[in-house]
Amino acid sequence: MASALSYVPETAPSDFGETTKMNLFQSINSAMDVALATDPTAVIFGEDVAFGGVFRCTVGLADKYGKDRVFNTPLCEQGIAGFGIGMAVMGATAIAEIQFADYIYPAFDQIVNEAAKYRYRSGNLFDCGRLTMRAPCGAVGHGALYHSQSPEAFFAHVPGIKVVIPRGPIQAKGLLLACIKDDNPCIFLEPKILYRAAVEHVPVGDFTLPLTSAEVVVEGKDVTMVAWGTQVQVLREVCNMAQEKLGVSCELIDLRTIMPWDSETVIKSVNKTGRLLVAHEAPLTGGFAAEIASTVQGECFLHLEAPVERVCGYDTPFPHIFEPFYMPDKWRCFEAIKKLINY
Amino acid sequence: MPMPALTLLLHSTVLFYSSGNRNNGYAISTPTSEQYRGDGIASRAAGYGISTIRLDGNDVFAVYNATKAAREVCIKESKPVLIEAMTYRIGDHSTSDDSTTYRTTKEVHQFKQDSPITRLNTYLVKNGLWDPDKETAYREGAKRKVLEAFHGAKDRKKPPISDLMTDVYDRMPAHLERQAASMRRHVNMYSEQYPVQDFLEEDKAV
Repeated sequence: MASALSYVPETAPSDFGETTKMNLFQSINSAMDVALATDPTAVIFGEDVAFGGVFRCTVGLADKYGKDRVFNTPLCEQGIAGFGIGMAVMGATAIAEIQFADYIYPAFDQIVNEAAKYRYRSGNLFDCGRLTMRAPCGAVGHGALYHSQSPEAFFAHVPGIKVVIPRGPIQAKGLLLACIKDDNPCIFLEPKILYRAAVEHVPVGDFTLPLTSAEVVVEGKDVTMVAWGTQVQVLREVCNMAQEKLGVSCELIDLRTIMPWDSETVIKSVNKTGRLLVAHEAPLTGGFAAEIASTVQGECFLHLEAPVERVCGYDTPFPHIFEPFYMPDKWRCFEAIKKLINY
Repeated sequence: MPMPALTLLLHSTVLFYSSGNRNNGYAISTPTSEQYRGDGIASRAAGYGISTIRLDGNDVFAVYNATKAAREVCIKESKPVLIEAMTYRIGDHSTSDDSTTYRTTKEVHQFKQDSPITRLNTYLVKNGLWDPDKETAYREGAKRKVLEAFHGAKDRKKPPISDLMTDVYDRMPAHLERQAASMRRHVNMYSEQYPVQDFLEEDKAV
């Protein structure tokens, strides 16, 4: 799948100003550059961020803004989260990096029991809204169990935090800046396979894209498809396959914010098409597609022509050599479209 | 409470060996000076009341003897012991890492002199147990062995695709059986799209 991935570049809205060619890690770098330039309290920290980061997302930032604003932490995710929460509570814009989403679990207690509940437990006296945590996620072709995970469902289940996943460079910069400026602790998951593979002309200036706002990427009338991150690219191909081979017109929605999610856009689409496919790399059971399917069957019951289809990773740890068989690839998704149409 | 302290209270016979990433000087690009203050790992174990020894991790005999002694203490006295073996990571963190971006080649060269393999070699040669001819012959033999194993493995097929679903639990639950069947059906239908020829056929599986 890694070799088969082709990223379709998008065009930024013209009112976002001058653009330049950037890949995903460069657009994320650009977002953090803007954040540190415009907000004197903003700092970036995490493992190996000072020399530029293992995925080069922080290249040049320590040189530009100094070691007291872009600095390494010890190898301790619990500490990174706890420290970030503390900084945010004290009024600094804290941008924390977790080196791989697969390593975020030592920070889970801090995120769930501290960050997510800070505002609620103090009756809005205190909050850690100025915290943003970034982590690379998703399949990369050879990542196996611990360099491929998509943990969005764990965090969607925790009221009090926001979870955001971009599909490309323009989206990443705008959504990351939105997370940094948002007054709630945010988890920003970056599909690592797109770091180099996704290239487009990205606005160089300061801009944001809205959170809790799903985007219709391709308009259609027969089937609604919902995904996020890399999977949006996979479903773009499925749109073409469905049109060419089945004469079926698909409407593709990028959810963008997993929590709180924009159910209105999805419901509106499913009421129009009557059919829904949701796809994600994370395992099927308890994955976020289940939440979407549940809401849709409640809100769109009489409009549905077929049960909701979910194409997801299987209920196993993310495999090594079996990755090509595990992934919710275009063939599995195409088969699901056929099921929806033929029901 | 941290795990090492727990092991002491519960009389666990655990040998903690601190070497590798925690005490080879670097965690990817981050030197130990940015990982912790205080006197290394050994001082922390001592702080918990755990018997501790710090040694030269590049001295094969020191490591062997210390580990042997530590193991005896562990078992005889039913308590944890910590060994802090001081060493240095000469290589890059991984094939994706270029360590010249965060340390000097001079520093690496300095520590290369201290390599445990080089030191053992020097000791053996000095004591007439090894010589350059034996070295050459051994290296060639080892290389040949590795290449034979490599080529042999390359030609072998990978385990059957059904292994994707096994060993999640001790026995495959019903929902995984259903997913396995669904995967099998799909791969059969679209076999040209998947690298099935690289994997053992189901009925040929060991």
